[in-house]
Amino acid sequence: MLPYLINGVSVGGQYALIAIGYTLVYGILRLINFAHGDVFMVAGLVMVYATASMPIYLALPLVLVVTVALGFVIERAAYKPLRTAPRMSVMISAIGVSYLIQNLAFYITGGVPQPVVNPIPWVSENVMVFGESTKRVTLITPVLTILLVAGLVYLINHTKIGMAMRAAAKDFETAQLMGVKINAVISMTFVIGSFLAAVGAILYFTNYPSVGITSGGMPGLKAFVAAVFGGIGSIPGAVVGAFIIGLCEEIIKGLGLTTFSDAFTFALLIVVLCVKPTGLFGEKVTDKV
Amino acid sequence: MTSMKKKQTIFTAAVLLVLLAVCVAVDMSLPSFHIAVKVIEKASVYALVAVSMNLLNGFTGLFSLGQAGFMLLGAYSYAVLTIPMDKKASVYQYFDGGALKFSLPEVFASFLGDSVGTVVGMLAALLIGGLLAGLFAFLIGLPVLRLKSDYLAIATLGFAEILKAFFQWNALGPITNGSNLLKSYPTFSHPTAYVVLAGVLVAFIVLLINSTYGRAFKAIRDDEVAAEAMGISLAHHKRLAFVISSVFAGFGGGMLAMYMGTVAAAPFKSAMTYEILLIVVIGGIGSITGSVLASFLYIFSSEWLLRGLDSGKFLGISAPDIFKNGFRMAVFSVIIMVIVLFFRRGIMGDKELPDLLRQRSRKEAAGK
Amino acid sequence: MKKLLSLALASAMVLSLAACGGNNSGGGSNGGGSAPNGGGSNAASGDKVVKIGVFEPQTGDNGPGGKQEILGMQYANSVQPTVEINGETYQVQLEIVDNRTTPENGPSAAAEVVNRGVSVILGSYGSGVSMAGGAVFQEAGVPAIGVTCTNPQVTADCDAYFRICFTDPFQGPALASYAKELGVDTAYTLAMLGSDYDQGLVHYFKEAFENLGGTVVSEDFPEGSANFVSYINNAKSAGAGVIFAPVSTNYAQLIIEAASAQGFEGTLLGSDTWDNNMVAESTKGKNAEVVVTTFYQEGGNAEFDASIKEWINANPDAKTNNGGNDVISAVTVMGYDAYFTALEAIKAAGSTDPKAVMEALPGVSYTGVSGLIEFDEVGDAKRDQAYIKAANTETGLWDFVKIQGVG
Repeated sequence: MLPYLINGVSVGGQYALIAIGYTLVYGILRLINFAHGDVFMVAGLVMVYATASMPIYLALPLVLVVTVALGFVIERAAYKPLRTAPRMSVMISAIGVSYLIQNLAFYITGGVPQPVVNPIPWVSENVMVFGESTKRVTLITPVLTILLVAGLVYLINHTKIGMAMRAAAKDFETAQLMGVKINAVISMTFVIGSFLAAVGAILYFTNYPSVGITSGGMPGLKAFVAAVFGGIGSIPGAVVGAFIIGLCEEIIKGLGLTTFSDAFTFALLIVVLCVKPTGLFGEKVTDKV
Repeated sequence: MTSMKKKQTIFTAAVLLVLLAVCVAVDMSLPSFHIAVKVIEKASVYALVAVSMNLLNGFTGLFSLGQAGFMLLGAYSYAVLTIPMDKKASVYQYFDGGALKFSLPEVFASFLGDSVGTVVGMLAALLIGGLLAGLFAFLIGLPVLRLKSDYLAIATLGFAEILKAFFQWNALGPITNGSNLLKSYPTFSHPTAYVVLAGVLVAFIVLLINSTYGRAFKAIRDDEVAAEAMGISLAHHKRLAFVISSVFAGFGGGMLAMYMGTVAAAPFKSAMTYEILLIVVIGGIGSITGSVLASFLYIFSSEWLLRGLDSGKFLGISAPDIFKNGFRMAVFSVIIMVIVLFFRRGIMGDKELPDLLRQRSRKEAAGK
Repeated sequence: MKKLLSLALASAMVLSLAACGGNNSGGGSNGGGSAPNGGGSNAASGDKVVKIGVFEPQTGDNGPGGKQEILGMQYANSVQPTVEINGETYQVQLEIVDNRTTPENGPSAAAEVVNRGVSVILGSYGSGVSMAGGAVFQEAGVPAIGVTCTNPQVTADCDAYFRICFTDPFQGPALASYAKELGVDTAYTLAMLGSDYDQGLVHYFKEAFENLGGTVVSEDFPEGSANFVSYINNAKSAGAGVIFAPVSTNYAQLIIEAASAQGFEGTLLGSDTWDNNMVAESTKGKNAEVVVTTFYQEGGNAEFDASIKEWINANPDAKTNNGGNDVISAVTVMGYDAYFTALEAIKAAGSTDPKAVMEALPGVSYTGVSGLIEFDEVGDAKRDQAYIKAANTETGLWDFVKIQGVG
């Protein structure tokens, strides 16, 4: 049982880092950022190429910088012009961006999954935990996730930009009227989301060292489900949801129901949406006419 | 006004007849494996599915991403029901010839004669596929349609993934053949058949949209609250649109099975839904003509016209370093983003084929 | 009015469809009805040209394997660029089309190859897409030679398809015998959901291994999985001595990674898809025992090895496609043999007409680098041995182990 739990917590940590990006953006823009999973994938690709050509202390910061820049550019280029458009248009734009990123990645990689040839030393080595062998990164992931989330919660609750983000999430238009620089706030959420996705990608692809163009798809969708499960818009909710989904997934595999390991997540989603659409920690929002 | 309407009808009929004639001409002059034939077949299937998606996303304003799942149902139903008896042992090689001990075309052929019976059997299988997709849509719609539009999108996407897992499950192997391909089932080998079939089905959707139901759908799209105030039952109409859209997606899936010649669950993933959604967007959300036009354009360019972009030579320019694998799709996705961002109305906006005539005659009148 | 209209529409549909006619069982009715525009055409230079189609994945999961297979054909084409047909010399031209690994792209890619006017088609790596393309080849009456697609369904029910490699009903039991020889009683199999190739091979392995008195635990993973840790743990808790995972190269690397991280102590058994330099390289410095069956082992023909290595090293593109080094994959050798088998068939046919080539193919007998190639009545090569090789975790290369039969 122990190896499944260790692994499940680690998977949960990976999902949590992606899920925060979804939940932050949804909280403010009411937009499912379909491209978020692909941003995660790009971070992995950058890691493959960067670690192969430069020392690790340069490669990892580069991954973070490129991913954050990408998240920022996507928002400015594809979502900002549609700020007043119907929500369906923005969602279609998000799907379009996802399609674009995947196809560009396909062009660059030749459509062939890229193995991580130079994994990060030390973190990718094996350790023994209670007589079970595992990778060190598996143990590091949940710890790092909790630390980053704690930092983020501090940022949101105790800084000015955090306050602006909370205001924008509460009421977009009023916040704007109160002098909150709404574009800066939105860019900030994308920067934070992409940064965490990049960290997640580094951990994820150290654990599973191969990056294909659709590598971001499944983790992205599952992270989104985690965000919905925890109550979309709520950061603690997303993290708790992610850990629960990660654990459940590995336990289901352990029970021998491997065929349904992906399907389970979506079944859970549908059940949650039917029973409690606001999720575990979500607030009830009534539609205004 | 009535003469205008008459003119429009004649114009539309003329355009459709010309198109059909072109298709028959292609059919007569080219062998069935020619790429032009394959393009026409695939594009008609995609046109049908795109229109069915447009009915939901464009006309009712429900954002659903379950199209691939419903197509999967249609494709499997069609293939499972039509595989000839003598091929079953080899197709279901790991499942003792499968659990279904009949084949619809053969059942009908036994009392309708070979050629008519086979066609009727194939159509019946197609019909069952569509109805099955509709049934699933009804069941999934009961809880999910109460949700807001973006939740609906993600729930339908998830539903499609769940379906895929079930169809690949070995325990259902005697029916679905598990992870293995279904093949050797009868198909239409003439593009005209695909065009006519898709055309007739699209015509049904057009009839629906122009009926009272269609007007109710549009009212819901434009303003839910106002529509409800006018006495339109939201739940009923949303469910109706969802089920009908899925039925036609199921038909489309069955036709896709005919086109592909083999059926597996793997291709019916979210990427397929996205592709169809983007076709709808290119054509114009809320325009049937647009969706059909965009399907043909999209399939024609991606399968034929732009293939050169992938293999080193395009328009006589030879640049193997740039025109390598994946360039075609990269160019494509850039075009799509441009449309999404700058030409949000797509090719047709919300106009239809007959409207083109009206616009022109208006221009003429202005010219005079 | 509307009811009338819909009735009219419906009846029009049934009538016109009946006129078009149902075409029973995958397009037999007009197979070879009209001759494809194939065959010899005069090139601009005045030389006569015969075209050989290459139907291979260059992108997607099977992209790496497909590229290596193409390498063999390109090398063969550089060695033997001409063929004598009835005393006339024809230039051989390869027409390469990417089928993108997945069956849904099969028909249009297959139509594309056929439309280029080819006399015979080689490929594909991966059985699913071969089956999807097979229907089109059958319809067009152009013969296809499967190079490394091992699923029996490829040639069954498809007269146009021939194959030069062994099939799964042989490969599965061969691996099962080998596993038994290792003294293993419990085997764990892992296959991808929705992959014909994986599932078929697991089926035959399981059947044979259970007949030999062993027990098999089978599990599947969904497409796109990256996390194989729990699967390895399942294998460990089942007490499996071998993990048999006939999956594509990318998953193979991930499975090796997970097995070594989880400290799996048994053997990882792979099929011909694992025979890839990248797989061997990924075992380097790890605690993993990887054994695969394949069609050829480097060193089997020193002269051939030396000259193809020279060619690969002289071609930067070829080297990139081979994974950045000059280690010869079995699929490359099979691609090479397939090319020469095709030439033999064209010579025997005495014509570039695809139908003549199809008729000549069953009679072809050719001794290639990978051994004697002859076809049985289904169109499969008569093969009864496979090469077993193991990954060397120090060098990251393959070491030859033995030649394996069934039994």
